Amino acid sequence: MERELRLMKGNEAVAEAAIRAGADGYFGYPITPQSEILEYLMEARPYQTTGMVVLQAESEIAAINMVYGGAACGKRVMTTSSSPGISLKQEGITYIAGAELPCLIVNVVRGGPGLGTIQPAQSDYFQAVKGGGHGDYHLIVLAPASVQEMADFVGLGFDLAFRYRNPVMILSDGAIGQMMEKVYLSPQKERSKKVPEWATTGKPPTRERNIITSLDLDPKAQEVFNQKLIAKYDEIREKEVRYEEFQCQDAEYLLVAYGTSARVCQKAVQLARVEGLRVGLLRPITLFPFPTARIRELAGQVKGMMSVEMSAGQMVEDVMLAANGKVPVVHFGRMGGIVTTPDEVVENLKLKIMKV
Amino acid sequence: MAEITGIKEIIRPENLVYKRTKVMTDNILSYCPGCGHGTVHRILAEIIDEEGLQSETIGVSPVGCAVLMYNFLDIDCQEAAHGRAPAVATGIKRLLPDKFVFTYQGDGDLAAIGTAETIHACNRGENILMIFINNGIYGMTGGQMAPTTIPGMRSSTSPYGRDVKIMGNPLKMTDIVATLPGTYYVTRQSVHTPANVRRTKKAMRKAVQYQKLNRGACFIEIVSNCPSGWKMTPVESNKWMEENMIPFYPLGDLKTPPEEPASNLKPEAK
Amino acid sequence: MTEEIIIAGFGGQGVLSMGKIMAYSGVMEDMEVSWMPSYGPEMRGGTANVIVILSSERISSPIIRSFDTAIILNQQSLDKFEGSVKPGGILIYDGNGITRHPERSDITVYRVDATEEAVRMKSPKTFNMIVLGGFLKVKPVIRLENVIKGLKKSLPERYHNLIPVNEEALARGMEIIREK
Repeated sequence: MERELRLMKGNEAVAEAAIRAGADGYFGYPITPQSEILEYLMEARPYQTTGMVVLQAESEIAAINMVYGGAACGKRVMTTSSSPGISLKQEGITYIAGAELPCLIVNVVRGGPGLGTIQPAQSDYFQAVKGGGHGDYHLIVLAPASVQEMADFVGLGFDLAFRYRNPVMILSDGAIGQMMEKVYLSPQKERSKKVPEWATTGKPPTRERNIITSLDLDPKAQEVFNQKLIAKYDEIREKEVRYEEFQCQDAEYLLVAYGTSARVCQKAVQLARVEGLRVGLLRPITLFPFPTARIRELAGQVKGMMSVEMSAGQMVEDVMLAANGKVPVVHFGRMGGIVTTPDEVVENLKLKIMKV
Repeated sequence: MAEITGIKEIIRPENLVYKRTKVMTDNILSYCPGCGHGTVHRILAEIIDEEGLQSETIGVSPVGCAVLMYNFLDIDCQEAAHGRAPAVATGIKRLLPDKFVFTYQGDGDLAAIGTAETIHACNRGENILMIFINNGIYGMTGGQMAPTTIPGMRSSTSPYGRDVKIMGNPLKMTDIVATLPGTYYVTRQSVHTPANVRRTKKAMRKAVQYQKLNRGACFIEIVSNCPSGWKMTPVESNKWMEENMIPFYPLGDLKTPPEEPASNLKPEAK
Repeated sequence: MTEEIIIAGFGGQGVLSMGKIMAYSGVMEDMEVSWMPSYGPEMRGGTANVIVILSSERISSPIIRSFDTAIILNQQSLDKFEGSVKPGGILIYDGNGITRHPERSDITVYRVDATEEAVRMKSPKTFNMIVLGGFLKVKPVIRLENVIKGLKKSLPERYHNLIPVNEEALARGMEIIREK
């Protein structure tokens, strides 16, 4: 089928892709730099065409709980926000993970802590991949590096969420949310009429009642449930790792970067190669599960690795765990909403890893 | 002959005067003796049964004493985070608009941590029923002061009685939501006497039937006791409630539909 | 070919929309494009800027700090971005309200007095199109026919009656741009 070419902001692409992916509901609350998503949906009024519900909630907390309610009915529902709003949603997210509900959450990250800045950052990595809320759980985390991926990961996110009955987060940032690029949009998909057997839709006489809860007062039963979750995450680690490589075959030095930083690093690789430096880039597309095995393999090939992030150094810990002490691993990043430049990356690679 | 007037005689179908509704499960209630929760559960289950709504109902249970409500009602149920039940119910009802959706919440859940969700769900006019059990205390966590604890009332966090100068005033949520344009039917009832149980059941039936009209939120507060938290016997607690709680939270309808369609006046009409 | 451009001026001068028309035109030209605006409170009544990259290859970083071309529409933006033009690059500015003019000698500076010209044309809203015309004259990276197509794409249908006056503005800009 023909894919439609548009010039769109990343935020708009998420909204349009949600409609086209056959989403059943969106619940949101305005916050910069992602308010275009709710604005776009309110203007598009998909409730008149596909029947997709769009509602502006009274808070991020209410929005994520509306997602909980809708997801527990077996529907494809989502919410979007930016860092401070995502912090508010963490309560709902851990309940969703604990009740094993599928849903999609988009974080268009801005700098923190606190109110921080409204400019782009990648400082919510820990929150996204290590849990975020209380208790032992993981989200599946997708990191788009283009407006095209902002659109593509909506459908992918829903599919993964339903395959594993697990919340999926798209971890984006203000730059990707706000910038316009070309995007090829998939054709309109029909909303699914399938009702999962676990969904609460009213108990017919033909089945037992369905209960959606994350509560188990019996420690033994709770531990069994925790083990079930661990097994699920292991399966996800085994089957869903996604990454992209640039010029890694002959690389002596490896940059690891996701999202906007990966775009910067792609150019940094080009600049370094012009200087005759054999630099490669590994771009994790899934942050959970993390491409640990591939990075470990590359640790046997390269002389050093640098994790480039718009943060004080978060993903670098996972790169270190993957490299497992085989080669030096350092971090370079700008913060506060500043996006690093390719020149800075090359300069810091020389300084921190090549020691020249 | 004595045997004939015994158990076998009593259980003859023609002698049946009361039957447990099939919408209640066989699980033993986790509520304390004398607590109002069990009675309210039964009323709700009977209405769901009598209105033929078991396959159409999705309930949302709170964090609090009724957290395990889904163990006692034989319906599809979701467990919400503390205070968030009205938002969860909004999500359900928006996606399944033809279903009957209710929340069942205590005063800490609905009137403290969930104040925003409660007011906004009511104000948006979500077509859900909210059942609000007000016993003036956090029962589940061991009897702490609630947003509805009345002035002078003792609790584990107001051991000398609620001093409004220090602890602030109790919140009359039902009075607040009655003023909102999104609510359709708002009433305050109790279940501490057989007559009140009958009135509550009537109110509950009305609320459930109004839900089918999709004209806004229905809200039933049930002023209830908490013998354990209040440290009283069930009988004492009911007496204390009548003398202290009900004067502060007077019973009766706070908001009735402007136009009551004729069919809703007769509960037996379906 | 890669052209990295910054457009900067007051909010309300049509900075973002000029960038959008460039980006749409680039799409019509079958180029890769990115459009990265400044956003947030600094835009409310303050300065607005947008980075537009047009390229025949996949665009790496959409956020850059040095540019082939800077299009400058007020004094603050001139002060902020004059130093960000790559040596050998160009700077285009509108002289209206400018008290300190560009000083760099390692770049080519052009002046297009679009504010004045728009007043003369009695259509102040076409101001940004006059500037764009000037840019296309000195950097013909996109064919005019594709700019018109881009304009059509970025304008809502109800404004399509304004396309002729915008075309005229593009032509005027091409005429009045002068090297300093």
